[in-house]
Amino acid sequence: MTPPFAEQLNLRLCHCCRLACPADESAANCPRCGSPLHMRKPNAIARTWALMLAALVFYIPANVLPIMHTDALYRESSTTILGSVVTLWQGGAWDIAAIIFIASVGVPVTKFLVLGLLLITVQRGSLRSRRERTVLYRALELIGYWSMLDVFVAALLVSLVQFGVFGTIEPRLGILFFGLVVVLTMLAAQSFDPRLIWDTEPRNE
Amino acid sequence: MSDDQMYREPGEAEVKSRRWGLSLVWLVPLVAVLVGLSMLIQAWHDAGPTVRITFETAGSLAAEKSPVKYRNVVIGEVTSVQLSEDHEKVIVTAQLNREASSFTREDSRYWVVRPRVGTEGISGLDTLLSGDFIAADPGTSEQRSETFKGLESPPPVTYGEPGKRFQLKAQNLGSLDIGSPIYYRKVRVGQVVSYNLDDSGDGVNVAIFVTAPNDRFVTSGTRFWNASGIDVGVSANGVDIDAQSLISVVAGGIAFGSPPGADPPTPVKAGAEFQLFDERETALAPSKGPAQRIRMRFTQSLRGLSEGAAVDFMGKRIGEVTSVSLDYDAQNKTFPVIVDARVYPQLMGRAYDKLLATVDAGSREQEVIPKLFNRFVAQGLRAEARTGNLLTGQLYLALEFYPDAGPATVDANRRPILIPTRPTSLDQLQDQLMALVNKFSEIPLESIAGNMDGSLAELRQTMEQINDDLLPATDGALQGINDTMKNMQQTLASAAETLDPSSPERQRLGLALDEVERMSRSVRELADYLRRHPEALIQGRPEAARGNR
Ligand SMILES: [Zn+2]
Repeated sequence: MTPPFAEQLNLRLCHCCRLACPADESAANCPRCGSPLHMRKPNAIARTWALMLAALVFYIPANVLPIMHTDALYRESSTTILGSVVTLWQGGAWDIAAIIFIASVGVPVTKFLVLGLLLITVQRGSLRSRRERTVLYRALELIGYWSMLDVFVAALLVSLVQFGVFGTIEPRLGILFFGLVVVLTMLAAQSFDPRLIWDTEPRNE
Repeated sequence: MSDDQMYREPGEAEVKSRRWGLSLVWLVPLVAVLVGLSMLIQAWHDAGPTVRITFETAGSLAAEKSPVKYRNVVIGEVTSVQLSEDHEKVIVTAQLNREASSFTREDSRYWVVRPRVGTEGISGLDTLLSGDFIAADPGTSEQRSETFKGLESPPPVTYGEPGKRFQLKAQNLGSLDIGSPIYYRKVRVGQVVSYNLDDSGDGVNVAIFVTAPNDRFVTSGTRFWNASGIDVGVSANGVDIDAQSLISVVAGGIAFGSPPGADPPTPVKAGAEFQLFDERETALAPSKGPAQRIRMRFTQSLRGLSEGAAVDFMGKRIGEVTSVSLDYDAQNKTFPVIVDARVYPQLMGRAYDKLLATVDAGSREQEVIPKLFNRFVAQGLRAEARTGNLLTGQLYLALEFYPDAGPATVDANRRPILIPTRPTSLDQLQDQLMALVNKFSEIPLESIAGNMDGSLAELRQTMEQINDDLLPATDGALQGINDTMKNMQQTLASAAETLDPSSPERQRLGLALDEVERMSRSVRELADYLRRHPEALIQGRPEAARGNR
């Protein structure tokens, strides 16, 4: 015996103040705070797809373009994310390399895969392992922040390390795209409504 | 969207959501794709040609790190470094920028810039820090190519570099090499581009390149000479050290200039031919004209007369000694010294022209000079060995008229011309000194000797410092002076013992001592100067650099 859905009780939850409102056509707005009322996040699947695809497109220049330009002691070099990972690994700093790799490649790719998986299963109305998928979604929200690591590292380096005579570090276009990827994937994760995972059940009953 | 959903939701909501969803949210990936596409187009637009360059060795070239540069501006990047299939070459692939498309001309040149210590000096030091890079030089050809053979050393002259090439004819190559510097007033203005043996085999043709705008200093009156080596000269002004930069001392170099008082220079075209003189002196000497050999026979020792010693006519240098040899006179059982010399009568200048007019114009040119000399001899011309330099004891030959000289017989057909000689004034001086020594037995000159001892001690001290601190080249020269000073000290000391304080000889000796003191002071000054400016040994003295020395 599963607990009833809000819809079954003819109720809608306000997105803003969590007031349970009656789900009739007269009340399009929350009587308490005035926010528009929806049964689910409006147009969630299309929005998530759109934002995720945009993030995927930007993910290419984020990896191909250099994120930093260092000019130290006559040696100029532009570093891409993967390039810096390789350099760090070869230089023996495999722990830092691993962290950067996870933050810049592991996290976004995981996000893309998880979001894609959730979207496809929801669209197909799959009933399999819905609990696990919900856990996946929670994990998705949790790791979202950590993919900002690269942007922070680059921003920190750029602002802290100004060698002056010995050299400078300047940000390059790649870091902008990387930031966009992070923002877009976070927005995509946010616009997804995890309740959709559970929506299929009653109709199949 | 499942059918159930459609069933549940009224149509109104669906229409609303579709309009919003399609019109706004999908704008985001659309913009992303547009941005990506524009970047792709930009990258494709910026991408220039790819060139493949073969080198003997890759040095420290690295893919995606080593740039391709022209005038120190990055015009591309090495994308891969590979071995050729036969493992004999290294194939470097470089991606050039779009604006560098002119570097695919068939005669474009590529070479690797790495630190080099070569004839052209030390170059590419910055690559020690930044790693090797490929330097490029665009060609002029109309044909395009994608494969190039890289040069193993930088080309001496890059295309399009403004300037002129000149041909020099030299006796031998000396220490010159491709890249050896060309100096004008000790400023580097060009370099040796190539050299080859003359077809006849009796000389070397050296091609040089002088960069604009300094090529305008090469004019019709310009003389070129070999600028390698340190030239230490002892003159009346003291010790003179003349050297170009250390590089030219080590690696050879060529300097050029114009003799003072030359005709107003006229510009020369590129490719003009010049003679390369061995040394500055001869290069800048006025035009000598044909040489005439003369011979002199001395009956006294001529220690100090060496090959190359000057032959003066009335105080003007007109030639040099070519050989000094001993002869044996079986009749008188003596050893006369035979001195051969080469004289250039044209060096007499205006006098020569006027003299020529007096000689029978009909005679052959070769016969004019001997005739002239024979006439001079008849008028009392005599050769005399004189001391040119008190310190070094070097002699020179003076040709002067002595109206009181006895008549001389002239063999008009004898070649070389034989010039009669006179005993040198040095001999006379020695005779006089001997007489004096015999005459005056004992003279106290403690104060003078003490004074001189002091300055000589100082001199010796300075000498020691020089010996310790400075280059052996100057060392040798100064050691020679030191020895001379010692000799002189002995001579003067022995003379001092014998001279009367009131006699004129004693005064003359005092003057000589002053002279020695001055000398030691100037040596001391030189030593001081060298201690403060040791670079003078390498760069020459700044005064020398300014003047047309
Ligand atoms: Zn509300």
